[in-house]
Amino acid sequence: MKLLVCISKTPETTAKITFTNDDTQFNSDGVQYIMNPYDEWYSLVRALELKEANEGTVSLLSVGPAANDIIIRKGLALGADDATRIDTEALSAYYTASQIANHIKDEAYDIIFFGKETIDFNGSQVGAMVAELLDLPFLSYVSNMEVNGNTATITREIEGGVEVSEVNGAFVLSAAKGLAEQRIANMRGIMMSKRKPLNVVSPSVVDNPVEIIKYSKPETKSGVKMIDAENMEELVRLLNEEAKVI
Amino acid sequence: MAVLIYAEAQSNTIKKTAQECVFYGKKVAEVLGVDCVALVLGNTDSAGDLGIYGADKVIHINSISDFDSKAHTNIISQVANNVNAKVVIVSHTANGKSLVGRLAIRLNAGSVSSVNSVPTYNGSYKVKKSLFSGKAIGEYEVKSEKLILSLSGNSFKIREIGSPVTAESIDIKIPEASVKVIETKREEGSVPLPEAELVVSAGRGMKGPENWGIIEELAQVLGATTACSRPVADIGWRPHHEHVGQTGVAIKPNLYIAAGISGAIQHLAGVNNSKVIVVINKDPEAPFFKAADYGVLGDLFEIVPRLTEALKKYKATL
Ligand SMILES: Cc1cc2nc3c(=O)[nH]c(=O)nc-3n(C[C@H](O)[C@H](O)[C@H](O)COP(=O)(O)OP(=O)(O)OC[C@H]3O[C@@H](n4cnc5c(N)ncnc54)[C@H](O)[C@@H]3O)c2cc1C
Ligand SMILES: Nc1ncnc2c1ncn2[C@@H]1O[C@H](COP(=O)(O)O)[C@@H](O)[C@H]1O
Repeated sequence: MKLLVCISKTPETTAKITFTNDDTQFNSDGVQYIMNPYDEWYSLVRALELKEANEGTVSLLSVGPAANDIIIRKGLALGADDATRIDTEALSAYYTASQIANHIKDEAYDIIFFGKETIDFNGSQVGAMVAELLDLPFLSYVSNMEVNGNTATITREIEGGVEVSEVNGAFVLSAAKGLAEQRIANMRGIMMSKRKPLNVVSPSVVDNPVEIIKYSKPETKSGVKMIDAENMEELVRLLNEEAKVI
Repeated sequence: MAVLIYAEAQSNTIKKTAQECVFYGKKVAEVLGVDCVALVLGNTDSAGDLGIYGADKVIHINSISDFDSKAHTNIISQVANNVNAKVVIVSHTANGKSLVGRLAIRLNAGSVSSVNSVPTYNGSYKVKKSLFSGKAIGEYEVKSEKLILSLSGNSFKIREIGSPVTAESIDIKIPEASVKVIETKREEGSVPLPEAELVVSAGRGMKGPENWGIIEELAQVLGATTACSRPVADIGWRPHHEHVGQTGVAIKPNLYIAAGISGAIQHLAGVNNSKVIVVINKDPEAPFFKAADYGVLGDLFEIVPRLTEALKKYKATL
């Protein structure tokens, strides 16, 4: 099986989120980056499991500057065979997806893996866009997948339940919790990753119609009102009369 | 010209998120000075009722049942071209999320997902969404002629602003499905978490799965949906779909009650858009109190049942 896993970097989950240049840019000063958890914990691991069970290759693809190399190396340490970085800032979902699709359009991958969303921009868009650009089926929020020959049986998380479906031939998916169990890279994997190929390629020329022009912070709470633990009638009264939520 | 809303139907009824989407779509249509057209795919008798929430026109295509992002994108795009849609809006649901990106490519349009504001238009579109799992807000500028949006749930309180219309059919080519849906399983009873207005959540402070009865009873009396922190789902005390936070479900209910949850930054990231937060914790230093509107300090095993009793009394007076 020929498998592709698209990986993105995101600020570490406890990173301070601040902005510069008159709140027009994310301030990456001192921010540590990690591989997007959905890509690392579920998407990549399920691809590795499939390779282990069926033979084949797992390739990584990331759109971004050299700063992405740390997370790419981590993916290689976890067991991916090779990696490509498209050397350009990921300007928007549209731009990123176009870069990915242009790069892989002549490669016949059996399954192209995405995470369900990045935890910084929370877009949930890149996978669907790549699927449309390559005219492939797309299954989002996949929490279980079994492959049998040319057919995959897939469980998707939908509101209040799951949907099970079948797809034949190549397809694109986005991974949700449950698809696999997180793995930790071992020493051997880390050593081997240093010898695996990481190809850096130039971006293609693509329009970018979407841009973030201003960042702001949500309003902070005005402070907590403590309620006597013996007096839950008072809490109920406040929820009804003051907060008006019940 | 029009704003086109894809209004999701499920088990023959129009989803609440779809009504929100139409209500929002009408506001967008007013900004642009065009009609608000709703599109319903699949079997339902109530498509025309979307007029109540602002649809000027409803298009209903009955002959499609199962969801397939590829086929649905094809159909929605055909309708969008047919009504000359400037803006296409879907709900930010499991299905909607797999459509926004596809529609953007197919209609050659810029897209912004999970928005929570009405866009402005002045040569380009400007619209806002929550970023970094609720820790920031971003204002997007979209320079394409067309715009695709998905609307974050519970962003607008819907009102009845019109009256039912007669749903029309339309002549388009129905493509073949690219995936085959075998079965759909839904938990009966409570409202799904992403749509819930009231949520009762609990964490490691519960000590064990056998103690969840008091949380379920509180949720039941309140008519709320249950949720949990990540470790609790990871060790199998609660099902995965209840896990809320930065790497779980992001929610935006009117009321979020959290018992025995410390309020770690990754937990807060998925719940801090809740309108009102109540925290029950025995540790006065628990970080969650800083993000709460109301706090109760003490043992949840005493406080939760007491709150349930107080709610029962209150409900009895209604
Ligand atoms: C990359 C990453 C992503 C993550 N994503 C998420 C996520 O999406 N969602 C999430 O929830 N977590 C997430 N986490 C985990 C997070 O950091 C915390 O570990 C987790 O939220 C803690 O869960 P908890 O509050 O249930 O448990 P604890 O932190 O152990 O807190 C238990 C609380 O219960 C209180 N308590 C105990 N007994 C009682 C009692 N009798 N009465 C009242 N109070 C009591 C204690 O005072 C304490 O505050 C993530 C972590 C990482 C590193
Ligand atoms: N810069 C990138 N390079 C490679 N893959 C990406 C990039 N950005 C996003 N992705 C993939 O697309 C998924 C969804 O991202 P998003 O649409 O931004 O929420 C991620 O989980 C990744 O798998």
